[in-house]
Amino acid sequence: MEAVLTKPVTKTISTTGADAVLKSLIAEDAALVFGYPGGAIMPIYDALYNYQQEVSHVLTRHEQGAVHAAQGYARATGEVGVVFATSGPGATNLITGIADAMIDSTPLVCITGQVASHLLGSDAFQEIDIISISMPVTKWNVQVTKAEDLPKAIAKAFYIAKSGRPGPVLIDITKDAQFGAVDFCYEKCEGFRSYKPVPRLELTQVKKAAEMINNAQRPFVLFGQGVLLAGAEKEFKTFIEKTGIPAAWTLLGLSALPTAHPLNVGMLGMHGNYAPNILTNECDVLIAIGMRFDDRVTGDLAQYAKQAKVIHLDIDPSEINKNVAVDVPVLGDCRESLEQLTTQVHMNSHPIWLERFQELAAIENEQVIAPELAPASADLKMGEVINQINQITEGNAILVTDVGQHQMVACRYTQFNQSKTNITSGGLGTMGFCLPAALGAKLGAPDKEVIAVIGDGGFQMCIQELGTIFQTRAAVKIVILNNSFLGMVRQWQELFFDKRYSSTELENPDFIKIAEGYSIKGKSITERADLAEAVKEMLDHEGSYLLEVHVGKEDNVFPMVPTGSSVADIRLS
Amino acid sequence: MKQLFTISIFTENSIGLLNRVTSMFTRRHLNIESLNTSESETPGIHRYTIVINTTLSAVKKLTLQIEKQVEVIRACYHEDSETVFQEIALYKVSTKSVSEENLVEKLIRDNHARILSFQEDYMFIEKTGHKAETQELLEFLKPYGVLEFVRSGRVSVIKPTEAITE
Repeated sequence: MEAVLTKPVTKTISTTGADAVLKSLIAEDAALVFGYPGGAIMPIYDALYNYQQEVSHVLTRHEQGAVHAAQGYARATGEVGVVFATSGPGATNLITGIADAMIDSTPLVCITGQVASHLLGSDAFQEIDIISISMPVTKWNVQVTKAEDLPKAIAKAFYIAKSGRPGPVLIDITKDAQFGAVDFCYEKCEGFRSYKPVPRLELTQVKKAAEMINNAQRPFVLFGQGVLLAGAEKEFKTFIEKTGIPAAWTLLGLSALPTAHPLNVGMLGMHGNYAPNILTNECDVLIAIGMRFDDRVTGDLAQYAKQAKVIHLDIDPSEINKNVAVDVPVLGDCRESLEQLTTQVHMNSHPIWLERFQELAAIENEQVIAPELAPASADLKMGEVINQINQITEGNAILVTDVGQHQMVACRYTQFNQSKTNITSGGLGTMGFCLPAALGAKLGAPDKEVIAVIGDGGFQMCIQELGTIFQTRAAVKIVILNNSFLGMVRQWQELFFDKRYSSTELENPDFIKIAEGYSIKGKSITERADLAEAVKEMLDHEGSYLLEVHVGKEDNVFPMVPTGSSVADIRLS
Repeated sequence: MKQLFTISIFTENSIGLLNRVTSMFTRRHLNIESLNTSESETPGIHRYTIVINTTLSAVKKLTLQIEKQVEVIRACYHEDSETVFQEIALYKVSTKSVSEENLVEKLIRDNHARILSFQEDYMFIEKTGHKAETQELLEFLKPYGVLEFVRSGRVSVIKPTEAITE
């Protein structure tokens, strides 16, 4: 009998650790890296020079910009974002972005240089224990001190970052490992014993969930980013359409279902829509899909959906019963879970129940939405700016937002037709996220219009990335909603701290002149009469563009569930 | 209601993983009562035994969070009644004071202790048992002068016959 080879023989190539890093990235189809060089990562940057055709590198102006750009890239493409940074301050500057990616389940592979292994623990120049520092904010991290260990570590890193519930990983590579010799041979990781990314779907649980849904009178679906991460948009839509169940989104679930869909009843939580918040406490079966009952969604847990039976579909077992007691957990990848569930639920509709949503939506429309979109005030409102953008983009642009009032308004009023088109810092609430994330999104999805809507505070937190936008010629459209305040903090000061505006007013520079310094075209407007034309000019412009809109200084975002209140106590003013 | 739980964690033997696991406690403001790590019956798989005083709800969530960590193979928690557990204590006492009182025999017999080493100046006693038992011997010896005392973390095995490492 002839010998049968079960595996193709992989040729090994003698090379350096740094070269092996680049070869490994190419093997993982990582064609774009965001980073910033420095002493301890120089061998990798030197190797990068040989692979300029295969791997593009975007030199940001700060490591925080690099990691947020990689997040934007990952969120727009669904691929792993890759970051390079040097040791010490280079590595610590990544931490905010890594923490942001961790809490928002964004796949990243961060590669940091480290001092040579004989110097570890000696307080060498730019030495920092980034493994310990990044431990609580990474899905996995590892320090590599030998070149021969690099291919395996990188293969594992990519596998961990993108499988199961995605997240950031960090590989810290000592300088001697980068210079060291390795017989390079790359095998993609396909699993290992101490990591189970996707729990096995139990069909008995699916059956229980289906029965509960079939018997429900007032069922209500809450959907989160899990739908997007699983690529389950189609299965999700089929499920709600078959069962006729109204569905509301978390901040990160936004764009998984078109906003104009008749069963899309809006946003959950603190600044979400009126109907889904009130009716959370009136539904009889709550079906949570790929969401984690964040406190901004639930308000006071003791008064949250106590009347409802809860079904929770999630890939992460530790999310079940973490915040809300669950009657029927359905563990697994939600694409598979939804597919199975849809086969077992009855075709149904809930016209009377849907009418309740419409009644409450009409109240919100009259008291909040209409005055926001067609205001009587002389000052421009944030909502009307977003609405003007909608008129032209028709829900087909990628919206990237920062954190604060503009974020809530933009997410509330932007129309979405396509999935993975809402990119924002949800869990961590990182100001400064938007500008670099928009750059990363544009580089990941060059054919899409990318609009960065940002406050005047957050804009100045990563303003240096205008330099990267300039150098890459990425056609990012930047809209600053300028109220000369840290608006959300000011709103809380107004409502809960007797209008004591402690350190929230900003005296801002001439943003248009700053943009001009980077050859970015810009315009500043204050008048309603100029809005439509200014938005059109921005979107018609071929390159990047900065539109500054002066909005009402002391406008508030409503509705609002005050911290510690029940979702049913949502305020309209 | 708070009570003692023993958390057993089976892991890969990798640098820094203990740090990752204990940070799960730190983040939740949970204090560790005792901690022991050693290789398990399966080569390459390490076993952490961590004792914690907390509520059932907190230990359930904590254990799931620990099990979620990459390189943790399994994590489970048990009440004291579900496990067999021991701690070891070492006592260093002055030979003179103990032998003057002619206590040695009583000490060994009554406490199921043993003498590990006997020097002219000091003797070293070992006792294995639950914390209350090793504590009792400590209290007994205190009047004669305990020069050093150390108690190990709990080691524990689970009573039911479930195969914990497959």
